[in-house]
Amino acid sequence: MAELDTSGGGGKKGGKVRSKKASTRIDLTAMVDLAFLLITFFIMATTLAKPKAMDTFWPDKTKKDVQLPVPESRTMTVLLGSNHKLAWYVGAPGATPPTVDNFGKNGIRKTLIENNKKIEETHAGKDNYMIVLVKASDKSTYKDFVNILDELNITGIQSRAVVAITAPEVKMLKDNQLY
Amino acid sequence: MARIKIPRKSTAIDMTAMCDVAFLLLTFFILTAKLKQEDPLRVDVPGASVKVNVPDVDMATITVGHGKVFFGLEGTDLRKSLLEEMGKKYTQNFTPEEIQKFSLIPTFGVPVNTLKQYLALSTEDKKKYTQPGIPTDTTTNSELFNWIYEARIVTKNLHNKELRFAIKGDSHENYPEIGKIIDVLQKQAVNKFSLITALNQGK
Repeated sequence: MAELDTSGGGGKKGGKVRSKKASTRIDLTAMVDLAFLLITFFIMATTLAKPKAMDTFWPDKTKKDVQLPVPESRTMTVLLGSNHKLAWYVGAPGATPPTVDNFGKNGIRKTLIENNKKIEETHAGKDNYMIVLVKASDKSTYKDFVNILDELNITGIQSRAVVAITAPEVKMLKDNQLY
Repeated sequence: MARIKIPRKSTAIDMTAMCDVAFLLLTFFILTAKLKQEDPLRVDVPGASVKVNVPDVDMATITVGHGKVFFGLEGTDLRKSLLEEMGKKYTQNFTPEEIQKFSLIPTFGVPVNTLKQYLALSTEDKKKYTQPGIPTDTTTNSELFNWIYEARIVTKNLHNKELRFAIKGDSHENYPEIGKIIDVLQKQAVNKFSLITALNQGK
């Protein structure tokens, strides 16, 4: 920092006049202040959590002839009801009463894995995978819909379809207080 | 008696290391972060385990929340020609200034017939103005349908690429609202699109 040379220059014995070596140290305090100020600004003004994209593929509605017949015994229907609850049944509608389930690790994810195993064991041949039909009722929220697609992604069930809900299925939800 | 003298130490601390750390952090933040965009329609995006980032180019976002639909297109050049095309379709003559203003708005939710008035507002007034959302119905002639359709054409013409679509829905929105948008997309054979989610861990 600013200092005055008060040594009197030279000395009495008439030796060589030596220029004083200036210190190479710079005061960095101000620079650090500035750096932290900028860091604070960037933390405040930016988003770190980038949005993620879940890719979805839907059947082509303009082509009517590409629909494959689905054996009922290999389908599992998931009905999304109100209050973030769902009901599911395997096989034809009405054949077995629907089971009410929750979202999450111990709810629908477990069920999906178990049903997939069961169907693969009871069906012979190459095409013995489970087909999941997702039917979202008018009372279900978008969050539930994303949740069920996410669970299907996690459990690795590729054959899934989003189908419009039918009146008997709405009644099923109503009977279980989910509508 | 001689006193023990404690040597006085300098109070100056070596700041070099601290300075290094501070600038390292600063560089990290500048490189990783993306500027926050003020969304005209705030939505609470549902969480999922997907780890794929939303692409930045040739991307259109349809925001759905609180019963309103907003439309957003990335890229100022695309937005410019999009408004020109929409002006032709709805017989609204947009001036070059209006087109310039429109190209700076990433997401909007006003009907075409009030778009001129909206663009005339100052930046402050635009923030205060609550946009009513884009009119949507299930027919193939709704405004949303045309915005999507024209945006696809414009992207194909200018960038020679297929426009990608993403739906940014509010968690608490009822499913039929989203289903309507999916229907609009499927009506023009857009069968691949993304749902925007936030990453939630530990589930």
